[in-house]
Amino acid sequence: MSLKAFHVVFVIVSSLLTAGFGLWAIRQWSVRGDFVSGMVGIGSFVGCAVLLWYGRWFLRKLKGVSWL
Amino acid sequence: MSADVLPYTVKPHPITGLYSGKFGMWLFLASEVMLFGAFFSSYILLKFSAPSEGAAAWPTHDERHLSWVVAGANTLVLIISSVTMVMAWLSLKGNNLAKGRLFLGVTAALASLFLAFKIFLEYIPHWHEGYTTSHSVFFGLYYTMTGLHGLHVIGGILVMVYFIGPGSKLWRSDPEYYTNRIECTGLYWHFVDLVWIVLFPTLYLMN
Repeated sequence: MSLKAFHVVFVIVSSLLTAGFGLWAIRQWSVRGDFVSGMVGIGSFVGCAVLLWYGRWFLRKLKGVSWL
Repeated sequence: MSADVLPYTVKPHPITGLYSGKFGMWLFLASEVMLFGAFFSSYILLKFSAPSEGAAAWPTHDERHLSWVVAGANTLVLIISSVTMVMAWLSLKGNNLAKGRLFLGVTAALASLFLAFKIFLEYIPHWHEGYTTSHSVFFGLYYTMTGLHGLHVIGGILVMVYFIGPGSKLWRSDPEYYTNRIECTGLYWHFVDLVWIVLFPTLYLMN
């Protein structure tokens, strides 16, 4: 597996983490009314969207590079 | 010259389909999965075998006194460092050593920032508050797992600094070999970051 393939796996796992972290932070905000948690939750969802966009850009840019 | 001493440093081996360095790195990472896997298994076993009440009970999310905000910021730092690591490799593939070294330097700087956050905003305050390794089973595991991860981060920084400095001489004689070495460094660095991505929710978020 090349760095290209491992990076794609990494971006997928990171996207899942940021989405999960966002849900966790929003839940914290809804239970405790904590402003920081709410902001972190929104920030995490934005981060997830950025990672997914980046993953797509990365795959397009490295079309000719081997997966192995 | 190097091909006579170490075969398949640039061209893939006919059987594995990988050059020797990459094959060796994956074997090493497989052993690392077993090392960290043993700690994660210990964590899960100790957590689920702990009594539900009393002094030996597993601490709840609030009782752990860990800052998920600092850890979240550190997660962001490591995710960005993986992107800059790949950019270093891509720059070298595009025959741009200066840009490759710059991105390697940024990756090493981000890794150092991660360690600084960990030491000055987490370890030292926790230690002063009495949350040492002997405080509880949870904190024993917390320091062991994050400490082991931290040692891997230090190892990554040392390798990156070497390839920015004296190791970059290889570029002049064999640029493809040097690029392959950076790819192997990138594989290692992605593994270190993936370990943190599992550690972060396990230690900081899960109740």
